[in-house]
Amino acid sequence: MKSKVWLGLLSLALIIALPFGTDLILGRSWVRLLDFALLYAMLALGLNIVVGYAGLLDLGYVAFYAVGAYLYAMLASPHLGMHWPLWALLPMGALVAASFGALLGAPTLGLRGDYLAIVTMGFGEIIRIFLRNLNVTNGPAGIDLIDPIQIGGFSFGANHSLLGWDLPGIYSYYFLFIILTALIILISHRLSDSRIGRAWSAIREDEIAAKSSGLNTRHLKLMAFAMGAAFGGVSGVLFAGFQGFISPESFTMGESIMILCMVVLGGMGHISGVIMGAILLAILPEAFRPLSQFQQATFGHVWLDPANLRMLMFAIALIVVMIIRPEGLWPSPVHRRELHANDSEAGSSQKAAL
Amino acid sequence: MDIFLQQVINGLVQGSLYALVALGYTMVYGIIELVNFAHGEVVMVGALVGLSVIERMAARGDTGWGVIAIGVLVAIPSCMALGLGIERIAYRPLRKAPRLAPLISAIGVSIALQQLAALIWGRNYLHYPDVLANPQFHIGGAVITQVQLVILGITGILMLGTWVIVQKTALGRAMRASAQNPSVAGLMGVNVDRIIASTFLMGSGLAAVAGVLVGTYYGVGNHTMGFMLGLKAFTAAVLGGIGSLWGAMLGGLLLGVIENLGAGYLSSLTNGAIGSNYSDVLAFLMLIGVLIFRPSGLMGERGSEKV
Amino acid sequence: MPRLLTPIVLSLITIGLVSCGKSTEPSSASPGTLTVLIGASNPMTGPQAHLGKDNENGTRMAIEDANAQGLTIGGQKVKFELVSEDDSADPKTGTIVAQKFADQKVSGVIGHLNSGTTIPASRIYSEAGIPQISPSATNPKYTHQGFKTAFRVIPNDTQQGGELGRYVASKIGAKTVAVMDDSTQYGQGLANQFEEAAKAAGVTVLTHEHTDDKATDFQAILTNIKAKKPDIIFYGGMDAQSGPMMKQIRSLGIQAKFLTGDGGCSTEFLTLAGAAGEGAYCSLPGMPIEKMPKGEDFKKRFNAKYGEIQDYSPYCYDAVMVMIDAMKRADSTVPSKYLPELAKSNYDGVTAHISFDENGDLKGGVITVYKLLSGKWVPQDTLGGKP
Repeated sequence: MKSKVWLGLLSLALIIALPFGTDLILGRSWVRLLDFALLYAMLALGLNIVVGYAGLLDLGYVAFYAVGAYLYAMLASPHLGMHWPLWALLPMGALVAASFGALLGAPTLGLRGDYLAIVTMGFGEIIRIFLRNLNVTNGPAGIDLIDPIQIGGFSFGANHSLLGWDLPGIYSYYFLFIILTALIILISHRLSDSRIGRAWSAIREDEIAAKSSGLNTRHLKLMAFAMGAAFGGVSGVLFAGFQGFISPESFTMGESIMILCMVVLGGMGHISGVIMGAILLAILPEAFRPLSQFQQATFGHVWLDPANLRMLMFAIALIVVMIIRPEGLWPSPVHRRELHANDSEAGSSQKAAL
Repeated sequence: MDIFLQQVINGLVQGSLYALVALGYTMVYGIIELVNFAHGEVVMVGALVGLSVIERMAARGDTGWGVIAIGVLVAIPSCMALGLGIERIAYRPLRKAPRLAPLISAIGVSIALQQLAALIWGRNYLHYPDVLANPQFHIGGAVITQVQLVILGITGILMLGTWVIVQKTALGRAMRASAQNPSVAGLMGVNVDRIIASTFLMGSGLAAVAGVLVGTYYGVGNHTMGFMLGLKAFTAAVLGGIGSLWGAMLGGLLLGVIENLGAGYLSSLTNGAIGSNYSDVLAFLMLIGVLIFRPSGLMGERGSEKV
Repeated sequence: MPRLLTPIVLSLITIGLVSCGKSTEPSSASPGTLTVLIGASNPMTGPQAHLGKDNENGTRMAIEDANAQGLTIGGQKVKFELVSEDDSADPKTGTIVAQKFADQKVSGVIGHLNSGTTIPASRIYSEAGIPQISPSATNPKYTHQGFKTAFRVIPNDTQQGGELGRYVASKIGAKTVAVMDDSTQYGQGLANQFEEAAKAAGVTVLTHEHTDDKATDFQAILTNIKAKKPDIIFYGGMDAQSGPMMKQIRSLGIQAKFLTGDGGCSTEFLTLAGAAGEGAYCSLPGMPIEKMPKGEDFKKRFNAKYGEIQDYSPYCYDAVMVMIDAMKRADSTVPSKYLPELAKSNYDGVTAHISFDENGDLKGGVITVYKLLSGKWVPQDTLGGKP
């Protein structure tokens, strides 16, 4: 028991020290990247509830991120002349996104697998098209001069100093994001162990069996959509405050796909795996940036365009990881067992004829 | 009325291109239940390979449909090889994996192909050489070009050809058997691996034709051209009922016509409140509407749910 | 435990790659030479990659030219070095690139290409005190956020759209116009300004349609426009759309004239539109390059080195040169020292005479209208620009 306490304290110290160390060794852009990685971790955890827990394939998840972000941007910027505080907007973002989640969920409850995927994708696109065309969202030009996040008198956007160490905004945001990520992890964890969580896995494994054993699959599915969307809304609120400017081009279909990749690559349904997937995929494209210098150093000449090569490496990494570890990099032990128990009957399902 | 006719003609042509691409999605899905996200990129490669060939020939002064045909004939084997390679590298090792794993590797392949194409063909939007005179015909005030007619014709022939192969040949029977139940088909002496590979071959061949036709029709090719086209075709396949050949055709044509009519009439129907910018919203709402009432798409088989 | 191995190995590889990149500091400077880093951020992947590459080329050529002059600033020989990064036209990646430039202590930034990446990045440059000159971001908001470090060498949408709207009425003599845009910040911003000015000049705007910056099929909208029989069609958007669009306009049998902004005023438009492009109008900020003292020479050398100019590379060239000119006058490459001089710039570039107003916008920016005649853009009129 004692060693566990020590381990906890040690990781806490590591988490607190991380941005300082990163700044010292790699520079501030990596601290900013850490902030984004945390935002993605929250998004991935939200999508994990829908895809990982309840087994509903959602390709339009970024819509909820957008809802949260636009809510904050409209109510805390000169755009409409309103400057609401975070403590009001954060729960509101979660709530509004959750109602959008339920709104999407309601008509699609009867759909399965890939049909659901395409409908959610369509929903994501519809939201983006509206954001791009409405006046209240300022169309494609987006909303600028968004208030930095503020709690009490403490502005996260400003520079602070602590014990002689200069603390720019990206540090303050890091600690705020860490706290909220921890909160989301806690909720996810409690959910997966609760009755609801077990009911979700029942639906995921066999919906018909779940239904016939008396579970209200409608309510449960709606709840999964709403919970997942709420987390997306929260990260959206944080993103808008952090970035200070948002426009529809931040909420594309590609972003939804990337978040899905994080969940699956990390290990669906497993909190630690999903977080790892999010951090890895957020960091990888940046980690491949030095490729041009590497080429220069090795061959004395840049042979292949570094920008294309960077994304090519990223893509190859996706493929290779999936082939080596199809369950994800860090799957949950329980989930793993379920998957392998399924092996014998995999593929024996009936399929639509050609 | 002539405007309406024009919109329908344009919609049908655009829709038949969607349908050709949708066939590839639907065949692969029918047999291994995989959404082949990289299919749009195969179309792109077909278009760009065709472009390279046509450009060479156009530079020598050759013109006419023969040039396009040679472009298609070179593009088909290239895309077939590509499709086969994708299946072998990214999908076959994952056949027994959890069902989202191949989806992610497909996304990886899609990004990789885009970057490779940018390395090979460069980043510029490339011009498809004008090798056709492209005469126009008038029907009741609307215009239809020769290219449009040829696209409609070729799509029709290829659809029919695919249907004949799937329904009337031994290969097709093996395909349908593998789609129904791969393990039993395997026991009956069907080489399932080979059947899946031939499905990819057929899909990729159709993609190559679609690619060259898209390039010829719109006159432009680029390494990013496959992504949106792929998504639209996938939507069409789902609309028609994924796994169904005629569904892909119907879904494609329907989507093309809806998009065109939506862009054409939304603004006048709503008195300018909602304009052509919302035509995609209309298309997706329509899709959602169809799926609510027919959860397996328009032509999809019902009651195929796994119990 | 072996389950944990893959993640750990992967993380190690990541860290290895990163630190390998970190350790490669700018080298090859002979002793006594000061290496000055200039950052350039453009989309090098994705649908606008061709414009990103063109921007990089323009920036690189300027830096090579400046190095060839063998400048001495602040008593030290100076060598400029380009740090080019890909922002994928993604706002979030744009801020990471901006932070990277701030970490590397670049002396100035040329970029970004899109308004969507330029605006969020400008906040970081402002905090770090790094001067930023955008060669192509036209959203008026960019220079109106109160940042002292933000400049651009291209007129904003309000200026360009306004001039074109009046031009359609006065010079082309159109009575009716159909407006189209690509639903992007740039395209829609330009089209809205155009529409406003055209209306004010007495032109009837028959319709304002929207397409997409990824679209290739415009026939539904064009068929609609055909029914309304406008004198001229205006398109706010890029060449990748307007080229094929031009073809479709003619193949639908629409006889209207065609006008587009700087996004379509490129060689790419010529090749994509082919013969159908004949007679189209477009506009580019600045004087016709052939009329500028250094323009002809720039064009010749650029063509020899990188091929045809796509769109904004001359503006990138000017942006670098204006920045270096300010450094020379301040006799310092330190941002805080030369920033005040940059604001006071008065420089003859290859695209225009460059000086900035109090916001950092180009002062009295002129716009030249071109017409496509026998396969070439021929300058017609130069508009605006009160000296």
